This record gives sequence, structure tokens and C-alpha cells, in this order.
Amino acid sequence: MDNPLNPNRKKQRIDDLAATAGTGGGAGSVAVADLTVGDAGHIAESTGVSLIASAWSRLRRDPVFLLGAFITLAFVLLAIFSPLIAPHDPTAGLLLKEVRPQTNPIPGARPGYPFGADSSGRDIFSRLIVGSRQTLIVGVMATLFGFIGGLTLGTLAGAIGGWVDSVVMRVVDVMLSIPSLLLAFSVAAIAARPSQWTVIVAIATVQVPIFARLLRGSMLAQRGSDHVLAARALGVKPSAIVFRHMLPNSLSPVIVQATLVVASAIIDAAALSFLGLGNPDDRQPEWGQMLGKAQQYIYDHPALAIWPALCIIVVALGFTLMGESLREALDPKSRR
Amino acid sequence: MLRFIIRRMIQMVGVVVVLSLLVFLWLRSLPGGTVSAILGEKATPERRAALEKALGLDQPIYVQYWQFAKRALHGDFGASTKVLPGTDAFDLFMQRFPATIELSIVAIILAVGLGIPLGYMAARRHNSLFDNGSIVASLVGVAVPVFFLAFLLKYYFAIKLHWLPVSGRQSAGLGATHTTGFFVLDGLLTREYDAAWDAIKHLILPSLALATIPFAVIFRITRASVLEVLDEDYVRTAESKGLTSRVIRGRHVLHNALLPVVTTIGLQTGGLLVGAILTERVFNFGGIGDTVAQAFEQRDYGVLQVCILMAAITFVVVNLLVDIAYAVIDPRVRTR
Amino acid sequence: MKFARKAAPAAVAALALTLTACAQSDRDTGGDTAKSGGDVKDTITFGAAGAPELFDPFYATDGETFRVTRQMMEGLVGIKAGTAEIEPELAKSWEPSADGKTWTFKLRDDVKFWDGEPFNGEAVCYNMERMFDQNEVAAGGPAGYWADVMGAFKSDAANALYQSCTAPDPTTAVIKISRSTSKFPTALSLDSFSMQSPKALKEGDANNVTKQGEGFGYPAYSKNPVGTGPYKLDKYDEANKTVTLVRNDDYWGEKAKTAKIVFKIIPDESTRRQELEAGSIDGYDLPNPADWKGLKEAGNDVLVRPAFNILYLGLNPEKNPKLKDLKVRQALYYALNRDQMVKTQLPEGATVATQFMPDTVSGYNKDLKPYAYDPDKAKSLLKEAGAEGMTLTFAYPSAVSRPYMPDPQKIYEALRGDLEAVGIKVNVVTKPWNGGYLDTVDNGGFDAWLLGWTGDYDSPDNFIGTFFANLKANDFHTSATSYGAQLSKDLQAADAIVDENERSAAYQKLNQQIMEEYLPGLAISHSPPALVVSKKVKGLVASPLTAEEFSTVTVTK
Repeated sequence: MDNPLNPNRKKQRIDDLAATAGTGGGAGSVAVADLTVGDAGHIAESTGVSLIASAWSRLRRDPVFLLGAFITLAFVLLAIFSPLIAPHDPTAGLLLKEVRPQTNPIPGARPGYPFGADSSGRDIFSRLIVGSRQTLIVGVMATLFGFIGGLTLGTLAGAIGGWVDSVVMRVVDVMLSIPSLLLAFSVAAIAARPSQWTVIVAIATVQVPIFARLLRGSMLAQRGSDHVLAARALGVKPSAIVFRHMLPNSLSPVIVQATLVVASAIIDAAALSFLGLGNPDDRQPEWGQMLGKAQQYIYDHPALAIWPALCIIVVALGFTLMGESLREALDPKSRR
Repeated sequence: MLRFIIRRMIQMVGVVVVLSLLVFLWLRSLPGGTVSAILGEKATPERRAALEKALGLDQPIYVQYWQFAKRALHGDFGASTKVLPGTDAFDLFMQRFPATIELSIVAIILAVGLGIPLGYMAARRHNSLFDNGSIVASLVGVAVPVFFLAFLLKYYFAIKLHWLPVSGRQSAGLGATHTTGFFVLDGLLTREYDAAWDAIKHLILPSLALATIPFAVIFRITRASVLEVLDEDYVRTAESKGLTSRVIRGRHVLHNALLPVVTTIGLQTGGLLVGAILTERVFNFGGIGDTVAQAFEQRDYGVLQVCILMAAITFVVVNLLVDIAYAVIDPRVRTR
Repeated sequence: MKFARKAAPAAVAALALTLTACAQSDRDTGGDTAKSGGDVKDTITFGAAGAPELFDPFYATDGETFRVTRQMMEGLVGIKAGTAEIEPELAKSWEPSADGKTWTFKLRDDVKFWDGEPFNGEAVCYNMERMFDQNEVAAGGPAGYWADVMGAFKSDAANALYQSCTAPDPTTAVIKISRSTSKFPTALSLDSFSMQSPKALKEGDANNVTKQGEGFGYPAYSKNPVGTGPYKLDKYDEANKTVTLVRNDDYWGEKAKTAKIVFKIIPDESTRRQELEAGSIDGYDLPNPADWKGLKEAGNDVLVRPAFNILYLGLNPEKNPKLKDLKVRQALYYALNRDQMVKTQLPEGATVATQFMPDTVSGYNKDLKPYAYDPDKAKSLLKEAGAEGMTLTFAYPSAVSRPYMPDPQKIYEALRGDLEAVGIKVNVVTKPWNGGYLDTVDNGGFDAWLLGWTGDYDSPDNFIGTFFANLKANDFHTSATSYGAQLSKDLQAADAIVDENERSAAYQKLNQQIMEEYLPGLAISHSPPALVVSKKVKGLVASPLTAEEFSTVTVTK
């Protein structure tokens, strides 16, 4: 990448942007900030063992990281053990008999149902607890798919270079130039049968170009580095160079990004549901969907929206705080 | 420099051409279509066929694209079918763009006004409670789904307190004159100061909701950048020379630290300009984001095509401007 | 950098100066309109769900447009407030010939268009001819209501219901049609067929619809129409999404009580609610049924319109051959607990349907009883038909709310549970309304699906005629059944009966046959839509055709 701009400046800009930008749940701002991420293409060059060790020693004392890690851990544990904790079956319309669209659309709170029920008579408290699992799945799978897509494109471009690089990067440019939420909901809309998986794929699609640029940038930096040159001089096979030397060393900014993307994926799922493009089958609860569907009752029954919203905010904050601290800790510059 | 700009412009043309083709094909591969959106329940096979013929949608897709491309080269993007039937799609874009620009500018002003001072203060008190607290606070805004935040803002400030309007760009009965499409500017130019004030009041809540993400990004970059500069030799030298902290702050730290922040602001603005779907929608703020979402739901091909292409061009141009600005501001880049 | 710092403010100042030079306030400070009584406001602000398409109702197709044009335009035939019945409007009376093919309209002689043109027989005929004579582009799409009602345009005159119009004297217009039909004269109450000023139509080149890219281009007239109604178009502020109408002070009838109506376009339902609660609008259309209670508790008036719609479960015997057996179709019907569904999922005032039309339509058969909920009978019928455990691909639309189904998914869940309870395996399918649902219904891609219809005017033909009369192409695929051809023929015969009582009897018989012998689909329910106004609003009468008039409305301060 023969960028005329100062690589050091760019690098910093990217590092900083990569972290914060990925968390954007809202409209267009996400894509732009992320473009810069890869735009320059020079990422921290070597992340030796010492860096990771020193990063860890700092993280252990960083209250921001500890808060984020605590929230994240609690969320994952909740997701794993949720069926054991939930007092009721989250899919059963236990209070359905009380539901009347005019007089009583949302059964209120009562003993055994601390947050009341939804418009299908299902216990909200149980749905929130069990919903953590689907929410985690959406967040992690969307990130994973986005990462795999980005990895494929980024590796292709960064490792081979030349015209492949140009073509792939133009595709990525095109993807980035479409407003991210529009891209997500057009993918969701194209699906013949909307489901949880179309939501995941839609959110992942938005992340593909971001991961691709990030990976390509850092692999390009690797390509010129001493150890890769040395390996090449020694006659190591190109594929081995890519997979053994370049890829592992390019991963640290990607891991940071991935942590942040989990948060934005959870928020985006809510946005898709709000726009009517979420998973139409609401038997298995998911927070974003609960929040999106609560909108039509929000004025008279705000509790229906507030609880899933709070869950999403706390969990998204947890992942974001963790990602932010990781980013700072792994940045060699900020070592003092 | 000039060569760089020219190359980027050529690349932009390439991106736009490829994008136009992709958008065209993608819209037509979506299930449903203009015809269903127009006819609704009245759709019978006969009426469908007649309408498809009248709209030219019965032609083979390559013929349709060729005709579209020919017209587009002459600046004719066709008429809107559903968003504002009969209105030229490009005119519609130009009519709605000022709303987005107005909103983006106010949001960026808010984000900068809060982000830079807070970022600076956080960096000066690195690792303090204030530092950590403001990191968490800035990220809370990012973790809240925008449409939920919008509801909270509307509920308290518009419905409960009656301080601000709920939605829209200007009160309905005002009958204000519009010449430029920027309502605040219109009010000032035509001396309808009440209309200008009314438009400003309508801008406050949506721009607050929209500013959360740029604020977090600008805060983070400012903080990181100030931290880095504080570590530089010349600041230490200044301190050791016994200069007062105000001189150091003004002359050395802020001046140098703000360079990367300026580019960030540019990129964030570019991101907002492509339209914030969720924010514009919940505040019924008739900008590009709102228009795109509506055109998408109603399969208004002409409007979608223009809006997406214009968003892409805006996006690429803003990025280019940011890079040029960077080169102009940073003397180290210029010397290369 | 230095340059930029100084130049920027200078440039802004220069730009501002240039703009000021050409920016003039064109706002009328409106001291005169404000004097409409001490405690009454001079403006009604109403929240509309969508933007009007254009202001020439002839090319419009949706309710949001008609809500606006209805205040400005009138037809020969009007609609009695609060009902679906027709009443005289611009025509004082009308008389068919014995064969029902020649209609003589006696016109009011005291009506003028806003531009001063007189309304008379010639004006009527100019309007009719103008609607008849559409170019190919307009005929293909925008002139949809004419195509629906009249069948064809001048280019294909032989197939058109409309034949000619003559004006023997200024207060008479004679319209000839090719066959006797129940649509006449009721269909003339459609907003699309409103009378507009011949002079303005001519000068505005009103028929010049063009193809513009993948959309239609409309002539200047469509933004500046001239009618006879109690309100005139003042301004459509597209950027601010508001339409303003002002009172027509020369109106021939009782003048509008409020000087101005502002329609504020707010597509999001919950935002409309918030605007009403904040007091910035005086009312809005289609409140979510779940909000009715809260709205009433907050002191608003929820005006429920009499249901003029039908929700049905369509069945396609071509897609699923098991559905060819009447017993199977009946079994599905008996399996449904519609009483409970209507009570739990539909708004107050919704009823279980006994036939494919609401009771407000002439030709409704009062003696029909609903298929009762009887799962045992359903099971035994399925057994008799050898269709136990049959599989059914049953679809519902997402991303839509219609007056007859406020929340399709909820309705679907209820019906689906009933079907599964009698041993039917249901394949759940859903697609977005505009995103493939309607297309798939038209292509016959589902075995069973939820859909409905809101009537345009009071005629049985507008309901069961729309559903089953076109044998070649209807959603129920009656062409694949043994009764389809007969039903289509009978419907057309009934439509042509001139005598109203006789015709009503024929339709009643057909309704019975459809429900008892044919059962092409399952009529589910009728559901009343509503509109809501704040308690300051007086005088708005809810209309089953959503044809509310605002001229009688006052808003207290």
C-alpha cells in the first residue's frame, strides 16, 4: 500500500479508531470510522510475548477491564446455566388467558412473575434469563461469521497482493460505502425465510469488510517484516509463511475488534428487530427481539422495553469495556 | 499530491460504477417489488402485468440496466414510485439532504464540544477515578440502542416536561418559508426568527441521540492523543523549564494533540452525512436515512439507487478530503 | 491554514449576503384567519401515517392521499356520514333506464370550482371523458381505480364499462354504460372519480402521465388541483412533511367550521401517539389496538369505525390437492376457534365472519351461521376424507399491519394452534408484506395464507366479485375446482340484475352457496379500525370507508 501519508500517524489513528469505532450500534458512523482502520494499513508490527505478558500485568490492575470482564463472565455463565435458573418455561403462554387486546394487553407483575408477562402471556423474567443464551449466540456467531468472511478476503488480499489485492479491496470499498444498517437489512430482507440465522448473517455481513481491511493491513505490514523476509529467504513455502508466520502475528488487533463487534452485533440485532426485519419467530427469546417487539407497547407498558434494554446495555458495555482495555493494553505505545 | 488526488478520483469513479451495477442487480433480486408495493391487496396477475409493462420491469434485466445507465449518465435517475410519487429521485435526494446535513452538523458540534474537553481532562488525570469514570460514561452512550435512547429522550423532554418537540423538523402550523432547505438558515435569512428557533428546538433531541457515538470516538482519540503528547520530550522540557501549566496546555499539548482529532472529526461527519436510519426514523426527521429506509420498505428503486450512490460518493469524497486535510495540516507528510 | 482561518468567515458572510438577497419570507402573517371565535382554534392538526402520493385523486391509489383529496374534491355521488351508504352530492338525484345501461344525473346548479368555472353537465362529461381517455402509461398503473371499476380505457373502448357521457342541459348529465351492474352508481362515490375543474385540467395538461425511469412522472396539475370541496390546497411542504389546506370561503354548502387543516406526516405509529400525548397533533389515524385503552385513559376519544373489511384464510387446491375435497376445507373451518381468536387478538367490536362480506354491504345474508368450533367434527371429517395428519404450508405476512389484521403473527399463532390440535402438520412460512408475501400469494405459492380486503364502496361485487368472479386468475384458484366456472358465471349474472331487491336476493343466495357448498376459502373475521382524537376535537364522524370529513370539526383551545 503506497500511501503517501505518514505511516506512524496513520497507525495510531487506526489503532484508536479500530477499537472505538466497532462498537457503534447506530447508523452510518460505524462504517466510516472503521474504514480508517484499514485505510492506512499499518498496524502494530510485532507483538512479542513480552508485550502480552506486560499487557496482562496491566490489565489485572485496570478497573475498567475488570468491570468489563466481570460483566462478560457473568453474562456467559448466565447464558450457559439459564434454563436451570429460569422459574418458568419462557415459551409457555402461562398468563395468555388474561390477555385482552383492549383491556389488558400486557398482564402485570405479580408474585412469581416479578416483571409480569408479555402480550402472549409469557413470563418476562424467565424470558430475560433464557434470552441471554440466544443473545450470546447472535453476538458470537455474527462476530465469528464476520471474522471468517473478513479473514478469507483479507488473507487473500494481504497474502497474495497484486491484482487480487486490488479487486478484493475494491469489493470491500463498495461494501463499506453502503450505510451499514442498510447493508444489514437488505441482507436480512433477501432471505426467503427470515430466522435467527438471517439476522446473524446480516449483521456479520456488515463486519466482513471491516475485518478484511484490518487483517489485510496488518498482514501487509507483516509481509515486509524481518521474520517473514527471513522465512522467505530460507525457502519456506508461501502457504506456510502465510499461515504460520503472518496470520498469527496479525491477530491481536483483530481479537480486540472481535470483542467490540460482539457488543455491536447484539445492539444491531435489536435494531433489525425494531425495523421489522428481525427473527419473526419469537418463541425462543432473544433480548434484541424482545426490545424491538416491545416498541408497539412502549408508551403504556415501558417495562416491556426497559428490562431487555437494560440487559443489552449492560452486556454491550461489558464487552466494549473489555475490548477497550485490551486495545489499550496491547498497544505498545501506551506502555509506560 | 495531485497525482494522489487524481488516482483517488479515478478509483471513486470505479467504485461508483461497480456499485451502481451491484445495487441495481441487488434491488431486483429482492423478493417482492415495486409492483406489489403499489398494488397491495389489489394485485391481480393482470394488473401486475400491466404495471410491469408500464414501468418497463418486464424487460430483461440487462436491458433495464443499460437503460438505467444511459439515463443516469444524463443525470436522470427516474421518478420516485412510492416515497413521493412522480418526484424526480435526484430532486428528492437534494430535498432531503439538507435535513441530514443540518442534523449531522449539530450532532458533531455536540460531540466535539463534549468530547475534546472531557478527553483532555481525562488524559491529564490519567488512571484517576475521573479518567475511568469518563471512559465508562462515554461507552454507555454507545451501548444504548439508539431507538431506545430516543424514546427516553422524547418521553422526558417532550411529553413529560414539554420543553422540546417530539419529532419532525418544524412545528406543523408554522407555515415557515423554505428557500435553502436548511430550516434554521431559512429562518434567519427570511427573518422568521421564530421559525429558526423552532427548527433549532427540533434539532436538539435527535442530535443528542446521534451524537453518542461520535462523542465516544472523539473523546477516546483526544484522550489517547493527549496522553501520547504528554509523554513527548518537548512537553517534559517545557515542564522542566518551569513554564506554567496553562502555557504548556495551550501552546504545546493541545496544539499537537488535536491534529489526529481533526481528522477523526472529519471522518465522523462523513459517517453521519450518509444518513442515520434509526435516529431519523424515530424522530421523523425527513433526511436521507429516513428516506432510504422508507424507499427500501416500499421498493422505490429510483430513490434507493440515487440515495445509495450519493451516499457512496459522499463517503469517498469525505475520506479523500480528510486525507488531503491531513497532508495539509501535518507538515511531516507534506515534505514527502 | 492562515488563509483558511480568515477566508472561511468571509466566504460564509458573502454566501449569506447572496442568499439574503433572494430569500423573502412568503409567509402570510394571517391575522384574518385567526378570528374564528374565542375558544375555538383555527387549525386542526392531524397525524397522517403516510405522505399523499399526489393531489389529483384520479391517479391516486391509497387512503393517505384520499384523506387529503376528500376534503377538497367531491363526486356526483357522496357518502352519508358514518355509513357506507351513498347520498346525493354534486348530483341532486339520479335515475337509471329500465335496462340499467343509461343513467341520468340531475346536477346542482349552485356549484362553482375554486377557479370560478361553473359546475354543470359539460363539466361532468369533460371529467368522464378525461378519465376514459388515458395514455398507455397511465392506463398501466396510476389510473388503477378506473381500471378496476370500468375495466378498460378509450384505447380498448369495446371492453369498457363506460360508454359515453352527454349533457343535454346544464343541470343534466347522461352517462351510458355497456351493461347493467351493481357498481353503478355507487362506484361514482370513489374519491378517484371526483369532479375537477375542466379549465384547470386542460391548462395543467392533467392527463400527461409519463414514464420516468422506473417510476411515473405526473403533470403540474397533480400538484395544484382545482375542485369544489370545502377546503382548498394551500401548501405541501415536502421537506417538512406537512400538507396544509385552507377553507374554501365560496363553498356551495355549509362552510367548513375550522379555517385550516394541517396534515402532519408521521409514519411511525408510536411517534404519532407521542405527538398526541404531547399535544402537538389533535388526532391521528389507525392507533394500535393495544393503545386504545391507554389513549382513552388519557382522555382521548377513540372513534371506532364500523368494520367494512374481511380477514380470510385463502386456500389453494392447486398447490395442495387435499384441499380439493370440500370435507377437508370444512374440517379446517371447524377446527378453528375463531371466537377465542377474535376475543383475544382483535380489537373491541371485531366479529366472527359468517361470509365473505361485512353486514354493512347489501346482499349480506343474515341467516348464515358461523361454522362452530368443533375439533371432533373436524377430526372425523378429515378421517372421512382420508386426510388425517395432512401437511399444510400455511403463511402469514410480516412487517405489516392492516385494518383487518392488526398483528398478523398473533392471529396466525392462534389459528395455527387450532389446526395442529386436530392433527394437521403446519409448515410455518412468513414473508414481509412487500418483500415477497403478496407476490407468492399471486403466484399460488402457499397452500393456505392470511389475507383480507377492505371495501372501496358499498357493493357486494366489490367483495365476493373481487374474490371469485374472475375465473382465469383469482387467488383462490377456483378454476381448478368443479364449481369455479359456475360461481363466476352466477356472480356476473347477479351483478347485472337491475332491480335492487332482486339483486340483493341473488347475492344472498350466492353467499349461502359459497359458504355451504363451495367454501373456496375460510372467512375469518371483521375487525373495526379506529382513529383517535383528543377530547378537544368535536364533530368528527368515523366512517366505515375511512371517508371522514373534516369540515364539521372544531377544536377547542
